Amino acid sequence: MSTSPTDIKNPEYFHKVVDCQYACPAHTPVPEYIRLISRQQYTEAYVINWESNVFPGVLGRTCDRPCEPACRRGRVDEEPVAICRLKRVAADNKGDISAWLPKIPDQKNGKKLALIGAGPASLTVARDLLPLGYSIDLYDENAKGGGFMRSQIPSFRLPVEVLDEEVNRVLDMGVSTLFSERVDSLASLLAKDYDAIFIGTGAPRGKDLNLPGRKEADANVHIGIEWLQSVAFEHSDKIGKKVIVLGGGNTAMDCSRTARRLGGEQVTLTVRSTFDAMKASPWEKEDAQREGIPFLTDHTPLSFVCENGRLVGMTFDKVKSVYENGKRQLVSTGEEPVYIEADDVLVAVGQELSFPWIEKTTGIEFNEWGEPIVDKVTFQSTQPNVFFGGDAAFGPENIITAVAHGHQVAVSIDLFLKGKDMSLDRPAPGHRQFSTKMGIHEWSYDSSVSNDDRFAVPHLVNEVALVDRRAEVELGFDLQVAFDEAQRCLNCDVQTVFEEAKCIECDSCVDICPTSCITFTRNEAEPALRAKLTVPAEQLDQDLYISQNLPTGRAMVKDENICLHCGLCAERCPTAAWDMQQFNYSVSKACHIPSPLNGSAA
Amino acid sequence: MSYLKPNFRHPQLPKNGLDLTRSSYEGLISTLCAGCGHDSISAAVIQACWELDLEPHRIAKVSGIGCSSKSPTYFLNKSHGFNSVHGRMPSVATGANVANHELTYIGVSGDGDSASIGMGQFAHVVRRNLNMLYLVENNGCYGLTKGQDSATADEGSKSRTGNENPFENIDLVGVALEIGATFVARSFSGDKEQLVPLMKAAISHRGFALIDVISPCVTFNNHHGSTKSYDYTREHVQTGSIIDFVPPREEITAQYDAGESMQLDLHDGSSLSLQKAQPNHDPTSRRSATEALLDSRENNQILTGLIYIDAQEPDFHEVMQLNDAPLNSLQQDQLCPGNEKLRSINNVFR
Repeated sequence: MSTSPTDIKNPEYFHKVVDCQYACPAHTPVPEYIRLISRQQYTEAYVINWESNVFPGVLGRTCDRPCEPACRRGRVDEEPVAICRLKRVAADNKGDISAWLPKIPDQKNGKKLALIGAGPASLTVARDLLPLGYSIDLYDENAKGGGFMRSQIPSFRLPVEVLDEEVNRVLDMGVSTLFSERVDSLASLLAKDYDAIFIGTGAPRGKDLNLPGRKEADANVHIGIEWLQSVAFEHSDKIGKKVIVLGGGNTAMDCSRTARRLGGEQVTLTVRSTFDAMKASPWEKEDAQREGIPFLTDHTPLSFVCENGRLVGMTFDKVKSVYENGKRQLVSTGEEPVYIEADDVLVAVGQELSFPWIEKTTGIEFNEWGEPIVDKVTFQSTQPNVFFGGDAAFGPENIITAVAHGHQVAVSIDLFLKGKDMSLDRPAPGHRQFSTKMGIHEWSYDSSVSNDDRFAVPHLVNEVALVDRRAEVELGFDLQVAFDEAQRCLNCDVQTVFEEAKCIECDSCVDICPTSCITFTRNEAEPALRAKLTVPAEQLDQDLYISQNLPTGRAMVKDENICLHCGLCAERCPTAAWDMQQFNYSVSKACHIPSPLNGSAA
Repeated sequence: MSYLKPNFRHPQLPKNGLDLTRSSYEGLISTLCAGCGHDSISAAVIQACWELDLEPHRIAKVSGIGCSSKSPTYFLNKSHGFNSVHGRMPSVATGANVANHELTYIGVSGDGDSASIGMGQFAHVVRRNLNMLYLVENNGCYGLTKGQDSATADEGSKSRTGNENPFENIDLVGVALEIGATFVARSFSGDKEQLVPLMKAAISHRGFALIDVISPCVTFNNHHGSTKSYDYTREHVQTGSIIDFVPPREEITAQYDAGESMQLDLHDGSSLSLQKAQPNHDPTSRRSATEALLDSRENNQILTGLIYIDAQEPDFHEVMQLNDAPLNSLQQDQLCPGNEKLRSINNVFR
């Protein structure tokens, strides 16, 4: 039995080889914009991002970076490419992008939409549909747009100006904003003349902890995301000297770091899990620790302790994480409860969906966990003209996921209102592929592989950072470091393309490959094939590139896993059976957004 | 054009008995033409030395002049190396071997370097049974000077300009058999499955081991009409005996039919498990080997594999009763007998 040869004509094959782009929910073409940064074309790098993720400046500071753990560099080097921070370089150094912005038609198409919640999902829907002539009403209970990017991400991580620029760019495309206007009834909105309604209200309810003393301590116990929002909108500007933050996620990090800036001198973060199992991103944990915030891990809160009707501290039970069948159990160590003094407690133990304003009569159905029933592809709810996206659809995720949802919702709404099938008529992803060959051994990309370690982003010193909650802590790469970091990218979108008919089986590619990816061997069933490669291909989620059988009866089998995309196989190939071909993949949007990648010039 | 290999290697590269990966046996990036057979031979040397657990600093590479003789730069860059004069690699190898016979000697030569300018040196190093692996990277042409026919080009083989070679060729395998080589093999750069075990056996063999490796010159001798092209070689290969190299301390597990297989013990404790692919070819008989070679030539075939082996013949070091300790380890008092001794010798001639 043998394994079928790889069909490289199917764009999904090479798409998967570009691990960063594949891992990104919005499939932003990462290697392409990193190359543009190397060439100091920051504006073009920014536009490629903007086309794909709408908020490059915001994401370049706050993205959860699913791309970085996926980065191929991380498999051969200590650390992946600093993709997220390079995105910020593009945003910070771009020039005028107005020439790239899509034109908004004066003549509208007569369709009217209501978007509820002005977060990243709604703004993406608006960005994608306004160029098609839709009229859009955007509702939000806050006075400014941005959703949780504004209310929950502290400005020392995301300066207000950066957020304003990218939110306003969408609003300026002709959104009719109904801000400071809370939607209390979906039924009343449905009664208006909207052709479709999009719900992008996020996961707005922070979870509380009902422990003994909670009621009595209420004046000094705050729900994390609500407190961050009140700080962002300047309703709160101070906190007690001793603060306990409960929780181990990114919100807990933001709460503790904000507390440090608003008067918290002893801010202690407590979490039930071990340090490694904490949900926060590793870099956010590092940043919090750098600001002198101790993490009290393996501590489960027991009670709020009050004296004279006022919170004075909390007690905790020391626990151990015990894993059984992959499930964690927290087992008490049986030691005396730990008491920690506190003037204020911030509860950041998770957030959930909340739709008290959606009436049963609207036809929108919910599952047993209170989540709306939403189609995973079309994002349509059980009420045909109502769509969900962002955290509101499937629970808390992150900005880039909300953007990815927004693009798909825009496609759905457009198809829906044109009377087309939202599943069958969805546009296929765009892709193009071309040789990078410039000469016998010359490529149009920097094929040489940098040996540099990942560069660290410089930080503001604590003495300055901790006295101003608006002072951005990360200072960003300077242009030289940005270039050096960009050179660490392996250009995984430049594909090794093999043409059987030209191969003379001289083994040159096998001999030169620095990472021993290529083997010429008899084709067999995949497990056997994986086992007998020069280095066995044990990473099963990484594909094998298998050629048709060659004249000697063997096939070329390449393990995509560790390929450096250095082009040496193609340089050492005497017959150009190997070629290095750039492969661009783009998620189709509802409308055409000009970008250096889709052939349209500014 | 890339001048440097990236530093990164596969993180799961297997390690040998010395806890080294293949990367410890690599050299610089090749500057030979893309697709040159020599690069595959370099890769086979790397593989063989790695599999044999040889310490790179206990290996010496010696070569002459030519494309072939450039190639030691592309493997074992932690080993000793001497790129000598055209055709004179055997002299340098002999000298080095006399000075320190404890190193592993790998000589790399080509058809020009061995069969033309170095023919005399080649003949003598063969008959002296110097303990070394002598690789001939044989492409049948002078690749470095634009592909003129070399002495190993077959009669009738066409050059790239279309001219047939009018002269009889020199078959180094035949020459070596005739003048007393103790390990004679032929292989093909495009067949590492055969080449690597042959190299391991040749390195483990005590004495002179020739491997004539057909190594197509992609630039000047890989066209239709050439008898040293990838295609021609693949079509005309006739495998002689197939060997499995069995390192010391490892049990032989391969099973062959009686009469078809044999086991040969080498001096270093390793052994060869030999499987005959041609019924009348006994690789331990010089006569049988010579006949097999002549037969294959008559049938327009290229006989590859281990063609002849004599594991018992004493090597140059033994014949010459040379000092066991390397010269560089000898102290002043051992090298210079002293005044007393000199006087006693002189007294003999009074």
